[in-house]
Amino acid sequence: MPIQTRRGEDGQTLIISIEGRFDFSTHQAFRDAYEHGDQAIRYYIVDLSGTTYLDSSALGMLLLLRDYAGGDSARITIENCNNDVRRILTISNFEQLFAIR
Amino acid sequence: MEESVAENRPLRILIADDSDSDRLILKTLLKRLGHRVFDAANGLEAVALFRDTTPDIVLLDALMPRMDGMEAARQIKSLAGERMVPLIFLTSLSEASALARCLEAGGDDFLSKPYNRVIIEAKINAFNRMRLMHQTLSDQRDIIRERNRQLLEEQEVAKRVFDNVAHTGCLDAANIRYHASPLSIFNGDVLFASPRPAGGMLIFIGDFTGHGLPAAIGAMPVAEIFYGMASKGFNGADVLREINQKLKRILPTGMFCCGAMIEADFKLNQLQIWNGGLPDGWLIRSTGEPEILPSRHLPLGIRSPEQFDAEMDTIGAVPGDRLLMMTDGVLESGNAAGEVFGEAGILRALESSESAQHPFDAVIDGVQRFTGSQGDADDLTLCSLEMVDEAGFSVLPDRVPPSALAGPTEWRCIYEVRERTLGDFSPLPLLLHICMEVPGLRRKSGEIYTLLAELYNNALEHGVLELPSEWKHTSDGFDRYYEERRRRLGRIEGHFIRFSLHHSMKPSGGRLRVICEDSGPGFDFHNHPVLVSGDKPRVAARYAGRGLLLLKRLSESVTFHHQGNHVEIVYDWHFPGAVSEREAAVQS
Repeated sequence: MPIQTRRGEDGQTLIISIEGRFDFSTHQAFRDAYEHGDQAIRYYIVDLSGTTYLDSSALGMLLLLRDYAGGDSARITIENCNNDVRRILTISNFEQLFAIR
Repeated sequence: MEESVAENRPLRILIADDSDSDRLILKTLLKRLGHRVFDAANGLEAVALFRDTTPDIVLLDALMPRMDGMEAARQIKSLAGERMVPLIFLTSLSEASALARCLEAGGDDFLSKPYNRVIIEAKINAFNRMRLMHQTLSDQRDIIRERNRQLLEEQEVAKRVFDNVAHTGCLDAANIRYHASPLSIFNGDVLFASPRPAGGMLIFIGDFTGHGLPAAIGAMPVAEIFYGMASKGFNGADVLREINQKLKRILPTGMFCCGAMIEADFKLNQLQIWNGGLPDGWLIRSTGEPEILPSRHLPLGIRSPEQFDAEMDTIGAVPGDRLLMMTDGVLESGNAAGEVFGEAGILRALESSESAQHPFDAVIDGVQRFTGSQGDADDLTLCSLEMVDEAGFSVLPDRVPPSALAGPTEWRCIYEVRERTLGDFSPLPLLLHICMEVPGLRRKSGEIYTLLAELYNNALEHGVLELPSEWKHTSDGFDRYYEERRRRLGRIEGHFIRFSLHHSMKPSGGRLRVICEDSGPGFDFHNHPVLVSGDKPRVAARYAGRGLLLLKRLSESVTFHHQGNHVEIVYDWHFPGAVSEREAAVQS
């Protein structure tokens, strides 16, 4: 599975890891990863350590997650980007919308 | 269901055998299985019968007089063309090479004599299934081909509609070069350029997420907003705010538009740039030195209007400086080895180009060399803008007024902008709009805008904000000027700028009087060099010579009142045919 989810130790954090290419082909899987989540989830971590590539439709999917998680009040952290992925997030200035570590 | 019905329906079978008895046996056997049979006694007859009866399956004896089975098979296959007609050889041959020759001639299988009823039935059924499958595949292929043709045709028409909206601007101006594939709109790319009423240009280059129809639909309102607002004199930041608000409202979450707005002012020799999500822009100085203009904003359609930041970066740029902007298709151009062109590719192309080569050509050549294909740069949009000398540069055609009689002719209006509104609102589009209601003024929109803009900017920057214009004469001062302008705009208190417009008719045309007053301390206009004599102007505290000269040249008269914070200009227009003294002087 290119997308895996697990619950953080605090029980309130959903960690979504994406392996390989994060593009339109992962659209449904990415939505499934958070849409069936339970009410206890308050924080989201998108772990991109295994992500090799990210395109503009993935940026759109991140925005959908942000919307789902409460828009401006969403608490989402994007972690462990490689240089190429980080570059795309930077060009789009997504650090204004997400905590990127 | 259709297939099973088709599978059971009687087949039309052509048989050819020179032995009358063998032929009769086979014919009887096939008829008993429920098929319709056409029979021939040699190859020549078989080919003729095939042409007349278009059978579903052909059974051919290999050895026949006049034309043997091999030659008949070749001709039948060629007559069948794309249609699949299973062709089975009837043979008593058992030698491997003879059997192989039958297949080479186009046969699909053999049946050996003497005939076995069960095997014949099984083979005919098997080949019929194959034939039907082939038929289904080619039908589907034809449907797909037809749908695709329709889709392309629709895109062509849609593109023509879009072109009528999008290409009303000045993309063909001499100082703009661009590459956009003919159907790039369906890749989500847009490129617009419009002259500004006050001179200069506005350019927007954008890239919607996604492809096809959704991206193209998003592009339409952007084009309308861009051209509508640009022609009314709104600045880049205003247009960006409007586009962002519109896209935020109409696009689903997850869809947005990366874009860049470029506002070029050839009078002030400056560029204003806003880059939200596009790759780095490049400003190549006339000296060859490159400067990078990175994306500093979120793409359009993400932020709510209150959170959207439309502030543009101001950069001094002189004639000969060239700006390059591109969509990410340029960076993502791939070669056969699966590598992408990338920013490194741009840098290589710019560095390795000869000094005489236009950076636009350098990048296009670079992409084509990299991808190894000629003119195949399909999914990318690249645009370059060259700074030019304002004198002798005009992109705005003179429009003919529809009628000199319709519209308001005798009117007066006073519009006052106060306090903080001075910092975040420009009254110019509104004032221009009011003046443009007069048909006689409409074809003079450029001049009117310039007059209003000169008056307003002088009143704001030198009157209200008390910024010394001589700062703008050095590049350090230029930065300082705009820094200070921003700072002082933020804390305006107790100030106003008031426009009084008065239009009336005269026998030969009309007269517009514009009075611009501000709450600033004014200036010593009695000793201003431009006002005292017609000599070449020196720098003055409030009106730099150029602005004032421009006002004098465009209008009948410029008069200062009070302590210099009250300016009145008179502008006359004339019915077609009647030429004013001022115009006559300009034309001669």
